[in-house]
Amino acid sequence: MDIVGTINTAARKVPTWTIYIVGAGWLVYLFYLAAFTRAFGPEPINALEREYGEIGLQLLVVGLLITPLRETFGISLIKFRRAIGVMTFFFILAHFLVFAILDVQSLERVWTEVVKRPYLTVGMISFVALIPLAITSNNYSVRKMGAIAWRRLHWLTYPAAILGALHYVWLAKGFQIEPLVYLAVLIGLVAYRYRPKNRSKNRAMSRA
Amino acid sequence: MAHRWKNDLTHADVTPKEAFLNRRQILAGTAGLGAIAAAGLAEAQEDLQPNSLEDITSYNNFYEFGTGKSDPAANAHKLEIEPWSVKVDGLVDNPGDYSSADLLDGLTVEERIYRFRCVEAWAMVVPWNGIELADILNKVGIQSEAKYVAFETVVQPENMIGVQRRVLDFPYVEGLRIDEAMHPLTIMATGIYGEPIAKQNGAPMRLVVPWKYGFKSIKSIVRISLTDYEPPTSWNKANAREYGFYSNVNPNVDHPRWSQSSHRVIGGGLFASREPTLMFNGYEAEVASLYDGMDLSEFY
Repeated sequence: MDIVGTINTAARKVPTWTIYIVGAGWLVYLFYLAAFTRAFGPEPINALEREYGEIGLQLLVVGLLITPLRETFGISLIKFRRAIGVMTFFFILAHFLVFAILDVQSLERVWTEVVKRPYLTVGMISFVALIPLAITSNNYSVRKMGAIAWRRLHWLTYPAAILGALHYVWLAKGFQIEPLVYLAVLIGLVAYRYRPKNRSKNRAMSRA
Repeated sequence: MAHRWKNDLTHADVTPKEAFLNRRQILAGTAGLGAIAAAGLAEAQEDLQPNSLEDITSYNNFYEFGTGKSDPAANAHKLEIEPWSVKVDGLVDNPGDYSSADLLDGLTVEERIYRFRCVEAWAMVVPWNGIELADILNKVGIQSEAKYVAFETVVQPENMIGVQRRVLDFPYVEGLRIDEAMHPLTIMATGIYGEPIAKQNGAPMRLVVPWKYGFKSIKSIVRISLTDYEPPTSWNKANAREYGFYSNVNPNVDHPRWSQSSHRVIGGGLFASREPTLMFNGYEAEVASLYDGMDLSEFY
């Protein structure tokens, strides 16, 4: 049986709003676990902060995988991409809010910390870059801006993704492999967009 | 000699274990005040509330068993602690390989309820059972040229996932200046809440230096060496700019990546307020004189 065909058929049947429902439900459920259970251990503030941030990185990976999956394997998940992008933003917003309100607990200190600590500066730039993308993730904005300007703006996803991963690498103590894997994968997915086109066309043809 | 320092908390005398497992408020007692005055040490009037045993045994940094806070609780059961041997060497009168029983035999185990402040800006309160390190060092005999004490953590690569992943340059090593090591607040802990210390907390014996960041309190010790030079220490080797040899708790000297002026409180839940961090973790009266004349922002 053709796996690609099966995936594409299944994807056609799944409405995109399921991404929003599952994503929002997941975000709220994690908050519930941290607030009212011991699932996150005896110090849930930092644990929840990290969980939201890491899911944000995972969703960045998923969102950036959609184009290569289509171009390489013919798997078409493009209709979910906007929903995944919007959920990415909300998880990173939640990550920031836990950091600011529950961890640092002072907006003044959030500002001084973000300015003073490079790993926070980098993370903040990544978050801020996602804000206009979230705001313009609707058909009205695409029409209003025009496709070219809209795509140019949404190019910000690439630096946001790499800076987000750098933020995680920078935070690690000792030699830890996981943040480096995120950084490598996200750099790879961005680099894919800038690969020499001719060579990849040749490769696609030889494969076909 | 033991009992040179005592806080006003003697909860084991007055509080049943079930109650402190419930993290009940512990009332300050005044027993032992006279003994402290005799020892010439400041009385720390305080009302520390120990964390639950569950908090203490489920939130740990022990990178030999992984870098996540719950990794040591999940993986440390593999640590083999019987038999246990501690190599004592360097500038000592009685060097040799000591079994844990031989090393600690005849010395007094006391309860010490200490604040524990991690360099990562979180803190808990732990009711340790331990022996003053000075008693152990006196037992092995300190030679007059000794100026520092070096410690080493066990390495059991087949049992330690973090060692296999080379998270740090293992074995983990730490060190103290001899006057820090001989200070009555410095203990070799062998228990928590009257039970043998859990493996994720550094069984069968670990250092506790309550006025320094937690990583100085090296776990699962297999070697104690007296030296006349400042010994290398693991986090300092990994990143000297971030982790100094002294690493005294100091709210005025930030870690390069985060502020040390306050910390998260373990066990307080998602909506717990941060607490201000105290100079020398609240033991300023006891230890500040060790650092007279030193610029603590230079010797961090």
